[in-house]
Amino acid sequence: MLLIHCPYCEETLPELEFAYAGEAHIARPADPSALSDEEWRDFLFIRTNARGPHFERWRHIHGCAQFFNAVRDTVSDRFLMTYKAGAPRPDLSPKEDAE
Amino acid sequence: MTTQKHDFSAALQIEELAPSARLSLRVRPQHRAQLARALGLDLPVRIGDRTAADGREALCLGPDEWLILAPEASALTAAAAAIYATAPHSLTEISDREITLRLSGASVLDLLATGCPRDIAALAEGRGCRTVFDSATVTIWRDGPTAFRMDVWRSFLPHVRNLMALAEAELAAGL
Repeated sequence: MLLIHCPYCEETLPELEFAYAGEAHIARPADPSALSDEEWRDFLFIRTNARGPHFERWRHIHGCAQFFNAVRDTVSDRFLMTYKAGAPRPDLSPKEDAE
Repeated sequence: MTTQKHDFSAALQIEELAPSARLSLRVRPQHRAQLARALGLDLPVRIGDRTAADGREALCLGPDEWLILAPEASALTAAAAAIYATAPHSLTEISDREITLRLSGASVLDLLATGCPRDIAALAEGRGCRTVFDSATVTIWRDGPTAFRMDVWRSFLPHVRNLMALAEAELAAGL
């Protein structure tokens, strides 16, 4: 079972308490009606499908009920870090150097 | 609600507690202190921390969410409504949503471990948490080394009680 660190509870807890909520850092367009069909399709459906570190949203549904962001390596399924929703996308390069 | 007491095994006791008032409070952190003064109850900041005063109890469930237990709800809702204009919040009575079980006995941690993926033994005395038992969201209050209260949504209670009865039989059989 995966153990996930909740940045709000500040505890590392089993995956069963959490729910996956899609890719992170996808901003809703400020003026949706100005978008072309292709741009709207890209916003709704086109995702990174990363091989390696993936920025994604999780929700601590059976706990503090907060959404937060996580970086998970899609190859090893290892969580590199979690951070609060609304925080900027973290820079992974120094972390990779340290490993 | 009937109160059931199992004398089946002294190592484990599961009983349903009489209903009490239960309220869900959502308030932004900047208005927390104001609400705490109005309710006469300190609202802890750290998730899982509890406070108690005058028979009322508060448990911090999230950064902006508290669960409050009280003998009766109307005094609290009136006090909170009086300061609504300066401290917007949501205080909702949810007394009927859940039924509280008291779990106690030497093998209570084993019983909880059958349903909760979280390490309940690591939950300090006097703290609480919202977690999951099998598939049902429950709130667990640790009152002593082997004394817990568990709030279960009423529609999930038969499911949770069935699982507990099974686990109880297995524990009694030494499995």
